[in-house]
Amino acid sequence: MARALINVPATAKPGEIIEIKTLISHPMETGYRVGYDGAMIPRDIIANFTVTYNGDEIFRAQLSPAIAANPFVSFCTVAKESGTLTFHWTGDNGFTATETAKITVE
Amino acid sequence: MTGIDETRRGLLIGAGLLVLGIKPARATPEAMKDAIRTVIGDAPLREGKVTLDVPPLVENGNTVPVTVAVESPMTDADYVRAIHVFNEKNPQPFVITVRLTPRNGRARIATRMKLADTQTVIAVAEMSDGSFWKASAEVIVTIAACIEDIN
Repeated sequence: MARALINVPATAKPGEIIEIKTLISHPMETGYRVGYDGAMIPRDIIANFTVTYNGDEIFRAQLSPAIAANPFVSFCTVAKESGTLTFHWTGDNGFTATETAKITVE
Repeated sequence: MTGIDETRRGLLIGAGLLVLGIKPARATPEAMKDAIRTVIGDAPLREGKVTLDVPPLVENGNTVPVTVAVESPMTDADYVRAIHVFNEKNPQPFVITVRLTPRNGRARIATRMKLADTQTVIAVAEMSDGSFWKASAEVIVTIAACIEDIN
């Protein structure tokens, strides 16, 4: 399981725009590099990243090999109600990772 | 005699082509334009509304912070549908595509990218009314990423 860091404010006011920062450990191998044996290192990247807020999709990103290793993505969303944000990454070689974060809106 | 010379010339040309053929694939400014066309179609691409924040000089192309912000009220009637980032000289022109909705409140994203060379980075915003806006930035890279060997 890849290590992921999620930064979501613990509390927010209703309607407040909050910034969410995410980072996940992954090599993001481009598929354009040559290894010690002279052979190309096969591509191994995270290709998709989606975020849901109490089940509703609020953010979706398609990543390419040009994203740096340990992909960092940050975005904004409107804090509507208390609940759970679910972060889901998928990629090459069957890579999947899921993290959740709680937010209290009052 | 001429026969041997011709064979040798043929071999040399063949070898030359082989060397050209195995050169690593590289995106070019034209490839970036084609990639942008696949996203925007025939729609006009206008300068403005988009703020692309990339350091003008980076020492290490392996991790370059990129921030894209788009001027938009982010209401149901007028919002940013997507933000696309392209580059000119990495092996592939695509960097990231994000899909947004009015629920995002503010059209602002940040990530970190790799840059293989000194080049232009372009951010394109797709608005809910179907218009496209862009911003570009020139980045000077001293240590390239992506295609360097690991040894």
